[in-house]
Amino acid sequence: MADNVTPRVRVPRDATAGETITIKTLISHPMESGQRKDSDGNTIPRSIINRFTCAFNGETVIDVTLEPAISTNPYFEFQAVVPEAGSFEFTWYDDDGDIYTETKDIAVS
Amino acid sequence: MNLTRRDTIMMAMGTAVAAVLPFRVSADTDAAIAAFTGGAEVGSEGITLIAPEIAENGNTVPIEVDAPGAESIMVLAAGNPTPAVGTFTFGALAGAQFASTRIRLAGTQDVIAIAKMADGSFVKAASEVKVTIGGCGG
Repeated sequence: MADNVTPRVRVPRDATAGETITIKTLISHPMESGQRKDSDGNTIPRSIINRFTCAFNGETVIDVTLEPAISTNPYFEFQAVVPEAGSFEFTWYDDDGDIYTETKDIAVS
Repeated sequence: MNLTRRDTIMMAMGTAVAAVLPFRVSADTDAAIAAFTGGAEVGSEGITLIAPEIAENGNTVPIEVDAPGAESIMVLAAGNPTPAVGTFTFGALAGAQFASTRIRLAGTQDVIAIAKMADGSFVKAASEVKVTIGGCGG
């Protein structure tokens, strides 16, 4: 249903062990709220991303439940601790069953 | 002006509707809060909610929540058709119990954030946002 869904994630390339870093994520998605009506007065059915998770080497950083009141192109900024080198996995769950993923590696210096 | 029987009844009905509508909105919000807290007492220390005082466009209102030591934070918009906005649950590797996102607001209303602390207590913060153009279509 949702076309051209592109996740974009900004993670620093490297960090020192134990450092707290800021992660910014954005995914292009219409987030149709189910409240709007089209020109004929019919309600446009809800179609949103209902869950977003971020994990580092399999351990959860943040798990967000999204409701229709989250804006189009959901944006999240949050902080994570980097204990060792590894990769962040970002997952978005769409109402229609689609799952969008993105992975970012981070080096520890 | 002479009040007929019909006028009187219409006025009474209008007053009744006006009295019921705001109650319905707050009942939804209260129900969402009760579902999250389980009816526990809600404090007000230790949580920060940053929202703009005036938002020109209700479609994208940037908000930030910060509650050190929280397990999860729920955000509500009391005046939206459905008050729930989102719930942030923090895992073991969260660097801070902080999150920033953009939300939709149907009109001028209170934005409420409730945090569940690690010790099981709850804290709440609210902030009024004035919205010039609502963000729920219709």
